[in-house]
Amino acid sequence: MDSQHTSRRSILALAVATPLTVGALASCGSSGPGAAKAGEATIWYLSGAPQETIRQNAVDAFNKANPDGKLAVTLFQNDAYKTKIKTAIGANQAPTIIWTWGGGGLKSYADAGQVEDLTSWFAENADLKSKLFETAFAAGSVGDKIYAMPCETVSPIVLFTNKAVFKQVGVSEPTTWEEIMELVPKFNAAGIAPFSLGGQSRWTNMMWLEFMFDRVGGPEVFEAVFNGEADAWSNPASLQALKMIQDLVKANGFINGFQSITADSNADQALLYTGKAAMMLHGAWTYGSMKSDGGDFVSKGDLGYMNFPSVAGGKGDPTNSVGNPSSYLAISSKATDEQKTIAKKYFKDGLLTDAENEAWIASGSVPIVNGIDSKLGASDDAEWLKFVYDTAANAGNFAQSWDQALSPTAAEELLNNIEQLFGLAITPEQFATNMNAVIGK
Amino acid sequence: MGAVTPSATGRKTGSLSWLVLPALVMFVGFGIIPLIGVVVLSFTNWDGIGAITAAGFANWGSVLTDPGLPHALGVTFLVMFLSWAVQTPLSILLGVFISGHQKYRAVLAVLYFLPLLLSSAAIAIAYKALLDPNFGLGAGLGLPFLSQNWLGRPALAMGVVIFIVSWQFIPFHSLIYQGGVRQIPRSMYEAAEIDGAGRVRQFFSMTLPQLKNTIITSSTLMIVGSLTFFDLIFVLTGGGPSDATRVLALDMYLRGFRGSLMGPASVIATILVLIGLALALLLQRLGGRGGASSQLEGA
Repeated sequence: MDSQHTSRRSILALAVATPLTVGALASCGSSGPGAAKAGEATIWYLSGAPQETIRQNAVDAFNKANPDGKLAVTLFQNDAYKTKIKTAIGANQAPTIIWTWGGGGLKSYADAGQVEDLTSWFAENADLKSKLFETAFAAGSVGDKIYAMPCETVSPIVLFTNKAVFKQVGVSEPTTWEEIMELVPKFNAAGIAPFSLGGQSRWTNMMWLEFMFDRVGGPEVFEAVFNGEADAWSNPASLQALKMIQDLVKANGFINGFQSITADSNADQALLYTGKAAMMLHGAWTYGSMKSDGGDFVSKGDLGYMNFPSVAGGKGDPTNSVGNPSSYLAISSKATDEQKTIAKKYFKDGLLTDAENEAWIASGSVPIVNGIDSKLGASDDAEWLKFVYDTAANAGNFAQSWDQALSPTAAEELLNNIEQLFGLAITPEQFATNMNAVIGK
Repeated sequence: MGAVTPSATGRKTGSLSWLVLPALVMFVGFGIIPLIGVVVLSFTNWDGIGAITAAGFANWGSVLTDPGLPHALGVTFLVMFLSWAVQTPLSILLGVFISGHQKYRAVLAVLYFLPLLLSSAAIAIAYKALLDPNFGLGAGLGLPFLSQNWLGRPALAMGVVIFIVSWQFIPFHSLIYQGGVRQIPRSMYEAAEIDGAGRVRQFFSMTLPQLKNTIITSSTLMIVGSLTFFDLIFVLTGGGPSDATRVLALDMYLRGFRGSLMGPASVIATILVLIGLALALLLQRLGGRGGASSQLEGA
């Protein structure tokens, strides 16, 4: 899962075959798009407001200050990018600076020797390292080596509510799983869906599993999977969490037809702010779009938010959170020395500057800079930003989204099985068996 | 690539056979060589990024024993059959209708051809928005029966795919049939009218038999084309719900580019090529040999 609300399925992804052939042809004559004009390094970013503007402004400011060593930006849509970057790296056509979600994807680049080891560079620039959230480095590292610089913002997954709907039905916000299950029939009786869910996007369903696994069995349950322990998915806590999710599906906890709804179109958010659904589990990045698209929903204070409720008898610390600890930038090992120098200068001087941080805060996000909490108070969204900051900073454990943490092979199998689990097409036991088969792959 | 058939003028055109060279170069460069590459890749392990290592028959073994393969094959053939069964009669009827020379038919024909101008991805995105159960067509028009879980129930999702595929390609096949119908000599119909054959009788006893070769051409395009349906389904359902629309071409893409399993994806690609070849050959057999069975006047 990723920190964007832009299209997950994109037209560009379809064009994959074409760049492949064209790329192969181009590589005969020149070194392709990865190596731009002399004195220029390349960077690929994700498109989509408001992040796109902030990224572009940061690069523009850097280019203005460094006329000799510039950065050339190419923007891609989210889902197109996932395929495009893999193909480009495999064909030795990677841009100088590779934007990534870290985790399993970054590990596959590092294992293939395609990205620079930044460990010693960070040791030389200790002040830069200490400026950033310590927790953000884990997903940018493989083993004890740092392969990517954390950047941009922290995005925990949180439980959003529509307070107006809660008032209308006359119930209070849930603090435990048991209360959630009691709320479900009440909202259904009132003709309001308890939970909005963009189920066709699959990673949206995964967020539920991430929290249920944590609350029932603690972060150790998924860590065992991550560490490749045999049959880790068959842990009793895992089976119980899977069953509880299916119980919620069977109780009509999710909006009718959720399998037809995608997160690309932000229809899941629209269900919440139009009052057709009472609650939604989603990434912190949806705050900005609900604020801009939802009319006065956010401004008049109808949007509620909280960390995921606890489960009675569960082992997980209720302060635990999941989500994206940050975004990451890696440097291609195939870039020229000149390009690498520009990239490192950008990492040091061009990223998370005061201007960029202000822009992130204005968009309702928390940049991963230590001490940033002192600057949040002045914003219109101070309360929300403080909540996000506290959720991330006080989390007993902040787990990276599963599909980013796992290898691409295991992540694809996971998303497939999650879809079937939510469609009640497989039992928790079958889910565990299917997933055990790809542990460590 | 059809076989080159010797003809009466063969000796004269023989010296011009170099004309085929540009097409041949393109075909070898973009068809044959990548195909060999895929077959080679099917015997290797590759994640698309790292080193390529030999795998022997391991990929073939794992794909052929994977229950996902028969499922994807079943879905592919179901899509193939249903889209053929829906498109062929409708295309023939539309083609016959617009082959008339009345002015209003020309206007209607232009309208019918509109879907042909749209890309599959655009069509899929548009339909996805229209079919959204909460904010789509049903909600907009206030017609509750249109607010189904269209893409969330396996049978409904399959129906939606067939509908959109047909909506998109019927215009193209109507065009082919229109051409076919216009080639049937007027004199035959005049003779039939004198013999007292009505409209319906004329259609079944003359138009349809005369369209035999057109039907075969159109069916070949539909059937072989449906093997590679990818863009529309990828954007519309992504193969879901629960793999109900995961056709072979999509299975290949998802395994290769999403799952980083280029080896097994190449096995599926090879299987796709083999099935496509077999089907094309079979249809050619069914159609007899080109001009030999033409029923056209004077042929």
